[in-house]
Amino acid sequence: MNTAEPKYRITGKSIGLGLTAIALVVLLLAAFNLDLPSIALILVLVTLPLGMIVFGYSSYLGLPIGIKNDGVWTRSLSNRGLSAWIIGVGLTTFYVLLYWFPEILGQGADGAKNYGLIGFFDPLSYAIKGSPASQWFVYGTLYSIAILGLGIKFIFKYRHNRYQFWRTVSVIIAQLVLAYFIPEILEGMNQDKPYFAKDLKYFFPLNYYFFEDWHLNNMMASESGTLGMFYFLWGLVGFLVVTPFLTYFVGKRWYCSWVCGCGGLAETAGDSFRQLSDKSLRSWKLERWLIHGVLAYILIVTGVVLYGYFANSYNFMGLDIYTYFRKPYAFVIGAAFSGVIGVGFYPLLGNRVWCRFGCPMAAYMGIFQRFKSRFRITTNGGQCISCGNCSTYCEQGIDVRWYAQRGQNVIRASCVGCGICSAVCPRGVLKLENGPEEGRINENPIIIGNDGIRLKN
Amino acid sequence: MDKIVIIGNGVSGVTTARHVRKRDPNAEIVIVGSETKYFFARTALMYVFMGHMKFEHTKPYEDSFWEKNRIELCFAHVNEVDFENKSLHLENGKTIHYDKLVLGVGSKPRKFGWKGEDLPGVQGLYSCQDLMQLEENTAGIKSAVVVGGGLIGVELVEMLRSRNIEVTFLIREPYFMAGLVGSGESEMLMDHMEEHEVNVKVNSSLQEITSDNNGRANGVITENGEHIPCQMVGLTIGVTPNISFLENTSLEMNQGILVDPFLQTNHSDVFAIGDCVEFRTAPPGRRKIEQVWYTGRMMGETVAETLTGTPRKYLPGQWFNSAKFFDIEYQTYGSVSDQLPEGQHEFFWKHSNENKSFRLVFDSSDNRFIGLNVFGMRMRHEVIDRWLNENASADYCMEHLNDAWFDPELYRNDFQEFVTKYNQEFNKDIHLKSKSWSRILERIKV
Ligand SMILES: Cc1cc2nc3c(=O)[nH]c(=O)nc-3n(C[C@H](O)[C@H](O)[C@H](O)COP(=O)(O)OP(=O)(O)OC[C@H]3O[C@@H](n4cnc5c(N)ncnc54)[C@H](O)[C@@H]3O)c2cc1C
Ligand code: SF4
Ligand code: SF4
Repeated sequence: MNTAEPKYRITGKSIGLGLTAIALVVLLLAAFNLDLPSIALILVLVTLPLGMIVFGYSSYLGLPIGIKNDGVWTRSLSNRGLSAWIIGVGLTTFYVLLYWFPEILGQGADGAKNYGLIGFFDPLSYAIKGSPASQWFVYGTLYSIAILGLGIKFIFKYRHNRYQFWRTVSVIIAQLVLAYFIPEILEGMNQDKPYFAKDLKYFFPLNYYFFEDWHLNNMMASESGTLGMFYFLWGLVGFLVVTPFLTYFVGKRWYCSWVCGCGGLAETAGDSFRQLSDKSLRSWKLERWLIHGVLAYILIVTGVVLYGYFANSYNFMGLDIYTYFRKPYAFVIGAAFSGVIGVGFYPLLGNRVWCRFGCPMAAYMGIFQRFKSRFRITTNGGQCISCGNCSTYCEQGIDVRWYAQRGQNVIRASCVGCGICSAVCPRGVLKLENGPEEGRINENPIIIGNDGIRLKN
Repeated sequence: MDKIVIIGNGVSGVTTARHVRKRDPNAEIVIVGSETKYFFARTALMYVFMGHMKFEHTKPYEDSFWEKNRIELCFAHVNEVDFENKSLHLENGKTIHYDKLVLGVGSKPRKFGWKGEDLPGVQGLYSCQDLMQLEENTAGIKSAVVVGGGLIGVELVEMLRSRNIEVTFLIREPYFMAGLVGSGESEMLMDHMEEHEVNVKVNSSLQEITSDNNGRANGVITENGEHIPCQMVGLTIGVTPNISFLENTSLEMNQGILVDPFLQTNHSDVFAIGDCVEFRTAPPGRRKIEQVWYTGRMMGETVAETLTGTPRKYLPGQWFNSAKFFDIEYQTYGSVSDQLPEGQHEFFWKHSNENKSFRLVFDSSDNRFIGLNVFGMRMRHEVIDRWLNENASADYCMEHLNDAWFDPELYRNDFQEFVTKYNQEFNKDIHLKSKSWSRILERIKV
C-alpha cells in the first residue's frame, strides 16, 4: 500500500516513539536492578507521557479535522498483527508479575527495602506520601501516565468532536486527581492509620472488598476518625444513591466513559483496539451470562462476608469465608479477569473485554440503563445507509446498525456511551441523549419517509 | 402456497424478503443473486478500500440469519427470464419456477461511448467485483483521473486519496455538485477537496482515454484539449438500470423497468423495486427514477405488503438524503435546487472559517417551509419531516431550530446568529426558542 506521509509527520512520530522508547529502556534497566540515579526517574516521568503526546500530535498534524480510520484494518497493531501480539504478551506478563510475583518486580518482602523496578519508584513515592513504593504505587503511576499521554493523543484525534473532548478531559482528571493524587496524598498524611480505599469514585461492587470485615473495621476504627467515617458513608451513598440516580438521568456513561479508571484506560490507551470487539449474537449471549454471573457472584460473596461480620464468624455453613468466598473472587475476577484478560488482551480481544463481560458495576448500572433511565441513542429517521461503521467501531460489540437501519433507538444495558458510533457515522444518524422515558423504547418503529406504510390502518 | 422469487440480493430485494417473512411465516422465498452470496451494503465499499472496515463488516445480517428466517439464497446469475412460463434460466444451467417474481436488479455504472472507455485500467464503482478490480488497478500506481462529479465520484476520489494517489477530478459543470447545491456550498466543498490535495478541474469534459503500448489506459484528453497523463481512470458519471438481460422479452421497459404505483410491471405477477425501476407516472413530488438506498428499502417494504395480500401503493413522503464529502457531512430535506425558483425565497448562512452552511428555502408569498440543505451539522429527520408535512412556516422553523438539532451533545450551534440574520434580511422579529422534548415527541401522542 502506498502510504507516503509528509516528512514532518514522520519525523514528529519518530521523536515521540523515541522518547517513549527511552523511558521504556530505562524502566527495563531498572527492572534488571541496575543502580540508576534518581534523575533517571525524572527522565522517565517526563519522556514517557511526552513521547505519547508528541506521537499523538504528529499523527494528526496538518490533517484536516475528521474521522481518522484510514488503514485501521490493514495495520498490524490494530488488526491483530505481530506488533499486537507482542504488546499483548508484554502486557499480560506485566500483569501476571504484578499480581502474583511482585518480588520479581522488586517488592521488598515483609518491609525489606525495595529493589528493581519498584525500588526505582521509591523516591517518587517518598515525595508524594513519605513512604516507600509498592507494586500498586508503581502500577498506579504508569496507569495514570498512560491515560494522560494517550488521552491527549485521543483528544488530538477527535479534536473536532466536543463530546469526545470533554469526556476525555474528564477521564484524565478523574484518574490523576481522584484515583491517584488524592488517595496517595491522604495515605501519606495518615500513615499511622489502617488502610482503606480512598478513591472517591471506586464504588462497590467494582470495589469488591468494600464490605469485607477488615475494610469496614479499618474505616470505622477510632484512629481513622472522621476521614474513615466519611469514606464509609460516601461508599454507601455512592453505591445506593449516586449510582442509580446518575444512571437514571444520563445512563451509565457518566461512570464508564467519564470517570472510571478501567474505562479511562480503555478509551485512551485502548482506542486503537475498539474495533476488535466481537459483534456476533453468540458473544452477546455470552456477555449477558458472564456479566450478570459476576454480579451475582459478588453479591453472594458480599452477603456471606456481611453474615460473617455480623455473626462474628469466620465460617459460613462450615466453609471458611476467606478461603471459599473472598479469595477465589479476588483471584479469578479481581485479578485474572479485570487485569490479565481485561487489559493484557486489549490488542487481541478489544479494549472493553472487562467492561463488557466482567464488570459487576457495569452490570448493576446496565440494569438501570436498560429498564429505568432517560438515556438512549436516538436513530435519525430514515437516514441510515447500513454501512456498518457504527457497529464496527462499537467497543462493546453492539450491533448498532441493526437498530439504526430499522429506525429503532439503541437501548442496551452494555452501552458505555463512548459516543464513537455517533462520531464515525457518515450520515449523522446517531445521537446520544437524555430525554423522557415515554417512547424511549420503540420496539416496532416505522421508518420515516414511507407514507404508504406509515398511514396504514 | 406461492413461491416468491426475488432476483437481486441488494437492499430492495432483501428488504422484500425480510418483510414477506415477517408477515407470512409460510411463504417460500428465494433470492437469486450473482454478486455475493450474502447481502452486503455497497454504501460501505469505500470504507473497505480505505481500511476502515473489512468486507465482512459490510454485511448487515449474520450469515445464519437467512437460514433462521428460511430465506433461500441462490448464488447464481439469471441469464434469461421466461415470463410466459414463469421461470428463470440460470447461467449454471438450472431453471427456477416462480409464482411471483420481484426484480430488484439494481443498476450499473453508466457509460458514454467515449473512445477508450473499455480499456484495462478504466473502471466504474458499483459492485463488489468493481472493488476487487480497483485493488488491482491501483496496485503501485501514483496518479489517477476520476471523471464525473457525483456522489460516487467524490467517494472514489476520497478512496484513492486515502492511499496517497494523486487525483485529478474532472467535473463537467462550472462548479461541483451543481444542480444539488448552490455555489456558496460548492465553493466550500471544492476548498475542502483542495485541502485533501485533490486536483479539481471544473468545466472539464472527457474527450477520450489514451492508452500505452500494452493497451492500458495512460491518460485522458479533455474537450478543452488538455492531456492529463495517469495510470488509471475512474468513470463515475452516474448509474443506469441494469436491465439488459431483460431486453427482447415481453417486459415493458424504458430506461428502467416500467411500473405502476403498486410497483407492478405489465405482468401481473411480476414486480420491480429499487434502482432498476422507472415509474410510468412519477409519485407525487418525486422523480420517475430514484436510485438511492432508502427508496430501494421503502419499495421493498411496500411490495412485501402487496405480495402478502395487502395491495399497497408506493407513497414516498418528503424527499431526504445525505452524503459526506471527505470530512463534511451533508443532509438535505424537502426540495432545494441550485437556482432559486420563481416565487421562492431563501435564507443562506455560511460559517466564516468552519465547513458549515445552512440553506432554508420557503415560499415567498405565504412563508411556507419548502426545503433545507445543511453542511457540517446534523438535523433531526423526524422534526423536519413533520414541519414539511404540516406546512410549517419558515418563521416557525427558524424559531424552533433547537428542536431540530441533532449534533452530538456538548456541540455548539450558531442558531442565534441565524435568527438575527434572518430577522434582518426578511424584516422579522422572531426569537429562538429553547429545545422542547414535548414538541419533538409530538408524533408519539398522535
Ligand atoms: C459506491 C456507492 C455508494 C453509494 N452510496 C449511497 C449513499 O450514500 N446513499 C444512498 O442513498 N445511496 C447510495 N448508493 C446507491 C445505493 O447503493 C443503491 O441505490 C442501492 O444499493 C440500490 O439497491 P437495489 O436493491 O435496487 O440494487 P442493487 O443493490 O444493485 O442490487 C441488485 C443486485 O442484483 C444482482 N443482479 C442483477 N442482475 C442479476 C441477474 N441477472 N442475476 C442475478 N443477480 C443479478 C446484482 O448483482 C446486485 O447484487 C451508493 C451506490 C454506490 C455504488
Ligand atoms: S454508521 Fe450510520 S449510516 Fe452507517 S450503519 Fe451505522 S447508523 Fe447507519
Ligand atoms: S453503542 Fe455507541 S456509545 Fe454505546 S458503547 Fe457502542 S459505540 Fe459507544
